[in-house]
Amino acid sequence: MNGAAADMATGSSTGPLTPARAPVLAYPAALLAFTAIPMPVATGGSIVAGSSLLAAALLLIIPALGIPRPPALRLVLVGAVTIAAFLLILANLSPVEGKASLGYWLLLASAGVMAVQMMRGLAHRAGSGSLRARLISLSVPVVFGLWLLILWECIVRGAGVPTVLLPPPSDIAVRFASSLDILWADFRQTFLKAVIAGYVMGCGSGFLVALLVDRVPFLRRGLLPVGNMVSALPIIGIAPIMVMWFGFDWPSKAAVVVVMTFFPMLVNTVSGLSAAGGMERDLMRTYAATHAQSLVKLRLPAALPFIFNALKINSTLALIGAIVAEFFGTPIVGMGFRISTEVGRMNIGMVWAEITVAAIAGSLFYGIVAMIERAFTFWHPSYRH
Amino acid sequence: MSSTAPIAEPGGGVGLSPRIFVQRIFAGKTGPVLTVLAALVILWYAGAVYLNAPQQIDRDRRAEIERSVTDFMGATWAQERPVLPAPHQVAAEIWKTTFAMNPTSKRSLVYHGWVTLSSTLTGFGIGVLLGIVLAVGIVYSRTLDRSLMPWIITSQTIPILAIAPMIVVVLGSLDVAPIFAKGTVSAYLAFFPVAVGMVKGLRSPDPMLLDLMRTYSASNWQTLVKLRLPSAMPFLFASLKVAIAISLVGAIVGELPTGARAGLGARLLAGSYYGQTVQIWSALLVAAFMAAILVTIVGFADRLVLKRMGIAE
Repeated sequence: MNGAAADMATGSSTGPLTPARAPVLAYPAALLAFTAIPMPVATGGSIVAGSSLLAAALLLIIPALGIPRPPALRLVLVGAVTIAAFLLILANLSPVEGKASLGYWLLLASAGVMAVQMMRGLAHRAGSGSLRARLISLSVPVVFGLWLLILWECIVRGAGVPTVLLPPPSDIAVRFASSLDILWADFRQTFLKAVIAGYVMGCGSGFLVALLVDRVPFLRRGLLPVGNMVSALPIIGIAPIMVMWFGFDWPSKAAVVVVMTFFPMLVNTVSGLSAAGGMERDLMRTYAATHAQSLVKLRLPAALPFIFNALKINSTLALIGAIVAEFFGTPIVGMGFRISTEVGRMNIGMVWAEITVAAIAGSLFYGIVAMIERAFTFWHPSYRH
Repeated sequence: MSSTAPIAEPGGGVGLSPRIFVQRIFAGKTGPVLTVLAALVILWYAGAVYLNAPQQIDRDRRAEIERSVTDFMGATWAQERPVLPAPHQVAAEIWKTTFAMNPTSKRSLVYHGWVTLSSTLTGFGIGVLLGIVLAVGIVYSRTLDRSLMPWIITSQTIPILAIAPMIVVVLGSLDVAPIFAKGTVSAYLAFFPVAVGMVKGLRSPDPMLLDLMRTYSASNWQTLVKLRLPSAMPFLFASLKVAIAISLVGAIVGELPTGARAGLGARLLAGSYYGQTVQIWSALLVAAFMAAILVTIVGFADRLVLKRMGIAE
């Protein structure tokens, strides 16, 4: 009972306390596991695998019996059973590989449903109040991600899906670890050279042109609709032209990135510069501030959220631009080059490893920009509680 | 000039006084936009002269032709394979490959445009439907909200387009029709903005109104249909504009690396293999027109729907 009381006290502080739900999904999970017990797990599978998976099935029945009363303890039980069941399944995958039969699928479905029950319990306790609630809300998407990865692994290997179609995550991880040098070379070529150079030049020139446009109302009226329209166009199509003009190496990719990042920056900065309120502008005028002074001290700080918005949009666009531009011709290194050639050789594991690199690079890039944004626009209402 | 003109001179604004007409156009957006576009075209012509000049000088020296300045400029605008084709060359190529050609011909841009458009729209439809369904799920299920939503937001930061060639090739090897293979890429791209926008939109109703629905003892379904979905409409259309543009990009990129023979992307790739710059530029401009038209149609539907609902100003 103590556990329940502590749970109530530290539970979500945002919404009203709702009564803890019974682990309803434990019942269908138990039913699935129970049905799985007499079924063969694999055609001609070994007895060892069969008995281990039998243990997993028996484990999965426990939470439905609902032994611990306090909901927190019951969640711990559900979690422990789910993890143990998945570990048993993963450990016995190789004898089942490619010849799984009904028992295996029922067991997997049971464990999957139990994991959903675990996520429900966690999501119910998530919140933004105490440290514990925040840790729990962080854990829910992590559990979900792991759940997807494990199901992917178990389904692909159990059904024996050819690796050409969809390799299991473990294959991708092995591939990733064994070709770090190639991946690093590609990353350096595409990201450190083309993306960074293009991003800095594109955002910088977009910003400078925006300052100029802001000075001339005629241009603001004329250029802004054009800029808005261009943002909706498939600019990526200029890639072959840039490759013709600037050659196969990274400058042509940087040029594509420059064009792609220029317009979002221009449009956002121009609308950001008109974000400062009329009262504040009048105040600057009563101070007899020059255009430069009111720009630096009032209007640019007020435009920062808009500018950072463009920087965040551009961080993704830049990577896309550089990778796609490499489909049109590169020296024999680069992320886009690797993806298109390995796809051609049906070496899908390597493609996935490269996509993992792109995903990590993209999220990190975005994350860094978002962190800088937080440091510079700490005053903005969206960061205050 | 404008400051001395009386605001209401007798007969002012009546008839088509050219001066007032010009003033009005330049006070709004039309004049400045047209000026900017004209400046772009002039810049384009100048760029064509500058970029094509070395090639032309070289060729003239070999052919031992002396040209006057205007003649030289004309020559740079009429090359067979220019570095930068002049606007009228591209326009002529577009005319030749659209209106002046049988639309079923393999060289017709109408044919290629249709191939791209069909997979764009297929993918757009699937993606939008999926996005809406998922958004409803996220709004009504705390578990989905907590577990799936962070991933949807993170996935926005990932260069998803990089997966396009793989999806197309893998689905192609499964004997999926190309329209659906490319449509998958488009659907995948269109899905995210719609899901994120709809979650925001479905949550946009005032808590007071939600409470009101509760006092009516409305079911979840009734609240969804009568309150949440209608108030999500402005958000939906804002995301649809992003989604249709990105669907087109997805379809074009999906046509790039696979040896696809049809579609605007394939046209771009073929043009870049054979150095046919005029062909690249005309495919690019047709793609741009297509994007502009699609976004305009969505914008038009937006205004129509919001007007019917009485939300639009």
